[in-house]
Amino acid sequence: MPMSLEATETKKNDNSSTGALDIYLPPERKKVTGGGQPHVVAKNFSIYYGEFEAVKKVNADILSKYVTAIIGPSGCGKSTFLRAINRMNDLIPNCHTTGALMFDGEDVYGKFTDEVLLRKKIGMVFQKPNPFPKSIFDNIAYGPRLHGVKDRKTLEGIVERSLRKAALWDEVSDRLDKNALGLSGGQQQRLCVARTLAVEPEILLLDEPTSALDPKATAKIEDLIQELRGSYTIMIVTHNMQQASRVSDYTMFFYEGVLVEHAPTAQLFTRPKDQMTEDYITGRFS
Amino acid sequence: MNLGTRKLLDHSFTALGFGSIIIMGLALLVVLFPIATKGVGAFVFKGTIEHRKLLLSEFHRGDPKEIVKEETETNRYRQKVFDMLAAFDQELDQMDYEQQSKYRSSYDQVKTSLRTLLGPLPGDSEPALTRFQYGQTRWDKAEEKLHGLLYEQKWDYSNPDVIAKPYDVSRAAGFAGTSLVKLFPYVEENLDKMMMPEWTFYWGFFTESSLDAHFFGGIWPEIQGTIFLAIGAMLFAFPLGVIAAIYFTEYARDGFLTSMLRSANSTLAGVPSIVFGLFGLAFFINTLHVSESKSVLAGSLTLAIMILPTIIRAAEEAILAVPKTYKEASLGLGSTKWNTIVTVILPAALPGILTGGVISLGRAAGETAPIIFTAAVSVGAAIGLGDVLTSPTPALSWNIYNLASEHEAAAEIRHVQYGMVLALVTVVLLLNLSAVILRARISKKLKG
Repeated sequence: MPMSLEATETKKNDNSSTGALDIYLPPERKKVTGGGQPHVVAKNFSIYYGEFEAVKKVNADILSKYVTAIIGPSGCGKSTFLRAINRMNDLIPNCHTTGALMFDGEDVYGKFTDEVLLRKKIGMVFQKPNPFPKSIFDNIAYGPRLHGVKDRKTLEGIVERSLRKAALWDEVSDRLDKNALGLSGGQQQRLCVARTLAVEPEILLLDEPTSALDPKATAKIEDLIQELRGSYTIMIVTHNMQQASRVSDYTMFFYEGVLVEHAPTAQLFTRPKDQMTEDYITGRFS
Repeated sequence: MNLGTRKLLDHSFTALGFGSIIIMGLALLVVLFPIATKGVGAFVFKGTIEHRKLLLSEFHRGDPKEIVKEETETNRYRQKVFDMLAAFDQELDQMDYEQQSKYRSSYDQVKTSLRTLLGPLPGDSEPALTRFQYGQTRWDKAEEKLHGLLYEQKWDYSNPDVIAKPYDVSRAAGFAGTSLVKLFPYVEENLDKMMMPEWTFYWGFFTESSLDAHFFGGIWPEIQGTIFLAIGAMLFAFPLGVIAAIYFTEYARDGFLTSMLRSANSTLAGVPSIVFGLFGLAFFINTLHVSESKSVLAGSLTLAIMILPTIIRAAEEAILAVPKTYKEASLGLGSTKWNTIVTVILPAALPGILTGGVISLGRAAGETAPIIFTAAVSVGAAIGLGDVLTSPTPALSWNIYNLASEHEAAAEIRHVQYGMVLALVTVVLLLNLSAVILRARISKKLKG
């Protein structure tokens, strides 16, 4: 388990950080209540594509209600690890896992695990905004309808709540019946967040959610993550280390499938324990 | 390669492409124009009194009083012809045997010509076939027959090195010095008064059954048969094809069996249609006994087998073209695989699937070979919906072929054949057009 957040926050005041890493200092955040238990636990967890071991023997606890960022160079297995948590890798033929990945004490890859129920509890937002070619309303209502909500009034309530949580309500409330593909990229991505929130997941997995967006839309998504922090366990894969430091409480650094370092964000970016981590965040390789 | 050459190459290729498109368009026009004009001639033409008489007595259409009035009017002019014939009969009786035999055979030809032109002559017994009970129903045909009355066609064999050429000999000249000579100019001059041609829009061509093996009447049984067969084929092939495509794209694992199935499907698409026809006869009728002999059911099944590969491939392509992200989004929300297919993938793939389906529908409507042995008969009444399991049906494609090649009076009813071609082209064109519109609508809805 990584060092607790409170410990780093006190240490931050030592002002012992090196000048070069100052840009990564995380902003002040509101306190999270009722979180901090291990929500997802990986034990010697490996993922293979055929013979190739894409993620190697990862041991990690992801703490509930906090934001955990996953960074690392391209092809390091960070997306693979994220997609393993709600078993999206099942779509890839020849992909299998060893070791254990537990979610709420239940084995994600257990023989009797219902991956459909699992994905309902672990929502995911993808790199490219991917709304369905349906109306905004139908996009948000898609999940609840799947899970048996039929009443129009209830659905309307869910749609409004989800859109408000995703900070999109004010922009689209007057055109819920319009096709979602007519929205801008940033709006589409927030719609995808709202769509995921509509099924009331416990965990939100964000796979490079801003890589296809402009800086303004990116800022909105980052604000949104701050809004949702404390209500959901959030994991975000990102290429942008400043983004990781801005939005996350904990950061995992992957390199060639190995989890090199997993620590509170402030600590990982200011006093990395591993030489490789320091080389990466200071830009010596990417 | 320098800039000049490159530009020259570009330009010449543009010209080449443009030229070939123009040539293709012209070729299409050359094919379609006669189909359209001659096809329209099947139901828009100058109809004679004979046509109206036929409609009244065989189809109970038209105003009886009006037609009786017209008949009296035309009979007044016809009577003179009959009188001339009677006069010549008497003249012939008074001739000696040699003279009689000189005129006899060409006089018979004149009478035959008059019968085809005007219908049975007075004193004739009622002919058995409907086609001999009436004169020419179409004015264009009547004018053609008039020529046959006025001139006898002879063949010029004088030059043994070339194929014999036909030439016309005036019949009137053959009867010089007899009372019959006057008949020829009289008929030529008064034919329109004897026939009363009027512009007719004969909509019954599309809604009525034919009479006397397509000699008269319409092509409704053929149109209906074509529709039955095509829709029947779709009923079997479309669901089966879409299910197979879903299996191939979503469920099948890439392996030896799958690739075998795929290549089998591709091969099936290239099999000549006559092979399907024989297969349909051998398998559906002789082996499975889906019906005692030819039936719409057997024909539909055969056509379904024929269009199945196309539908599978079109549906497969359409499903593969659906962005993977839709699938991920749906599964990520806790949707089952089946639910994802039904609620996300199929709706997004629908335009492509439908296009494939309608193109196949057009093909099923137009194919001849598969139904020769399994469903088509050359002449028949329109069958009811309840008979499709057991009864064969006439169909446009097969009847066009039949009228062109096997009908005993093919040359007399070319207009019916053209009408059928037009009807078939129109049906297929309408089907394709509706596919284009449907696709555009759904695509627009999907794009928002």
